[in-house]
Amino acid sequence: RTHRPALPGAAPAMNCRAEVLEVSVEGRQVEEAMLAVLHTVLLHRSTGKFHYKKEGTYSIGTVGTQDVDCDFIDFAYVRVSSEELDRALRKAVGEFKDALRNSGSDGMGQISLEFYQKKKSRWPFSDECIPWELWTIKVNVVNLANEQERQICREKVGEKLCEKIINIVEVMNRHEYLPKMPTQSEVDNVFDTSLKDVQPYLYKISYQITDSLGTSVTTTMRRLIKDTLAL
Amino acid sequence: MDTDLSSQDRKDLDKFIKFFALKTVQVIVQARLGEKICTRSSSSPTGSDWFNLAIKDIPEVTHEAKKALAGQLPAVGRSMCVEISLKTSEGDSMELEIWCLEMNEKCDKEIKVSYTVYNRLSLLLKSLLAITRVTPAYRLSRKQGHEYVILYRIYFGEVQLSGLGEGFQTVRVGTVGTPVGTITLSCAYRINLAFMSTRQFERTPPIMGIIIDHFVDRPYPSSSPMHPCNYRAGEDNGAVYPSVEDSQEVCTTSFSTSPPSQYVFTVTKAHFQTPPPVVTDTLKVPVMGLAFSHQLSSSRLSYQPAALGVGSADTGYPVLFAGGLNAAHPHQLIGPGKEGGVPPIPSQPAHGTQADQERMCTPLDGVHYSAATPSSSEDTETVSNSSEGKCGSPRDLLETIFIRKVGAFVNKPINQVNPPDSPDTESPLQGSLHSEGSSGSSTGNTHDDFVMIDFKPAFSKDDILPMDLGTFYREFQNPPQLSSLSIDIGAQSMAEDLDSLPEKLAVHEKNVKEFDAFVETLQ
Repeated sequence: RTHRPALPGAAPAMNCRAEVLEVSVEGRQVEEAMLAVLHTVLLHRSTGKFHYKKEGTYSIGTVGTQDVDCDFIDFAYVRVSSEELDRALRKAVGEFKDALRNSGSDGMGQISLEFYQKKKSRWPFSDECIPWELWTIKVNVVNLANEQERQICREKVGEKLCEKIINIVEVMNRHEYLPKMPTQSEVDNVFDTSLKDVQPYLYKISYQITDSLGTSVTTTMRRLIKDTLAL
Repeated sequence: MDTDLSSQDRKDLDKFIKFFALKTVQVIVQARLGEKICTRSSSSPTGSDWFNLAIKDIPEVTHEAKKALAGQLPAVGRSMCVEISLKTSEGDSMELEIWCLEMNEKCDKEIKVSYTVYNRLSLLLKSLLAITRVTPAYRLSRKQGHEYVILYRIYFGEVQLSGLGEGFQTVRVGTVGTPVGTITLSCAYRINLAFMSTRQFERTPPIMGIIIDHFVDRPYPSSSPMHPCNYRAGEDNGAVYPSVEDSQEVCTTSFSTSPPSQYVFTVTKAHFQTPPPVVTDTLKVPVMGLAFSHQLSSSRLSYQPAALGVGSADTGYPVLFAGGLNAAHPHQLIGPGKEGGVPPIPSQPAHGTQADQERMCTPLDGVHYSAATPSSSEDTETVSNSSEGKCGSPRDLLETIFIRKVGAFVNKPINQVNPPDSPDTESPLQGSLHSEGSSGSSTGNTHDDFVMIDFKPAFSKDDILPMDLGTFYREFQNPPQLSSLSIDIGAQSMAEDLDSLPEKLAVHEKNVKEFDAFVETLQ
């Protein structure tokens, strides 16, 4: 890997704001809950595709949205209408869910969504990835005994997710640091331009599973977007 | 107001705010239509998608918003509000949310209009998309159609939150600072959904319970492109709508956030063929846009004057139903402990007793009363039965069956007041109902009189012996006496025995030796 990975548990870099959300869910609710949160964040952190014209101006494409109903949670959320983005998130969340299940831990872990900028360095130094926003979702998987408890869980988790959405929107509303709109040559340092219909800020998703002792034993870093930096 | 802002910037800013307001209304109303929204992303800009978001424009909604704004923009003290309310098929309504787009005086002079403000407004619209799915009204609106509809109303001016009941909560969607002020978007929403049920309980005492089908497929309209999200008459419009007409909507209501397993309901649409209407239509709606006009006309609700709140109109309805003996009124459920239950409608069968007739004798609707009042108050029950029974009985059958199924609320008057000489069509029903009821009903049916019925247990059918258990039992409990035990025959044989005794003795003495030999073999 050519760039410097963030160490697990390390403090985020300067100017990187960090938000932590916690949810307690049943095993089968993990995927939908994670997708709901991640999609809500990415809805706010995606724009339409940029089309650069002469003289440094650009126009922006249109972002469509769609409603998603959850099957295991009494909840619905809005996501960006982009199948590629949805696939990428589902892949990441699927791996996280499998890791949670297979780890043998008592179902605790966290998944992180980090937005970063690339800073080109001169040869022979490799480019840097500078995170500017980090969202961490801590997950606690619970086991329920009977159907009645599951029904209550459906509703409770739905309510909790409503609160999380409100929290996310509050953070977004602070209008804190966002990378400057880049020129055409810089756009790949700020945005993920690999998708054909929308343009999210550069992001990476990683997760950690916590073992029963509370320390993170397994650290798995996954890069889920094509790393255009590969040297 | 602000001399630093260039005129071009000012013009742009005003345009942004205006279109932002229109798009805000679209997002809110579309989120309450009861359907999932889906728009496509497009990488090539079309030029008509404001704020780089694909938000459809419903023409009627835009028209209403423009009408409310009347060329103005949100300013201090002049906010644009979208009120979302719920209206049941009975005509009761309840405000659920007020979305407010406000402007305050806090200016951000440094901010770049064409770039930063625009992008932040875009972000705020995205937040609005997310938040509209998160308030309680979203889930209510997804279930609308059968029992209630969601309406919207746009007004401009002072925000009025009083209709939201006690303890309403507020969520802030976001703010955007501009050189002329800070735009704020927020939502105040009701959390006390039980408001409706208590209000209705005050108005009418429950006379009869009815059933609703909580599980009927929701009419996500395959027939109509958009689900009607109607709007109420504005405050300034005190027009009295024309008198009610038939409604297409099913009219039972049951708001419950409690698990539906508590109540099992069935509803039949067969009932909604006769007046009185519950939800009324006024077909005098100007055709706005073709796609939506028919929804407008089909689901626009009309009100009695003063229907905007609790008013005489509201009290009118239950009495109307009480009087509407023919009216197989849509069934409502009272759910004690349920949030937002609805008042029971006495869909009293036509053949009530005199007492019942009198109880419901508030002539509200002469049409319904004309048949019932004269005949029932004076004539015998048979007459009233026959006059009303024809139209009443099929419905009654349906009604009673359904009521029995639930067992929770019993159609007491049917059993109670049915006179012995009620039409024949009624009694087998009564009988079977009664037996089912007695075996199955858990919630007290204690007030019922006893009704003679044939006991026909299903298990005792026997093809060989063509009689039922009861008859069999009765018959074989009293078998005839054994013939030998009868006294006459006994006496007769005694006499004969005495006469033949000497002969028998003589024969036996002759055979003494044989008898002795026999006795020795035994020893």
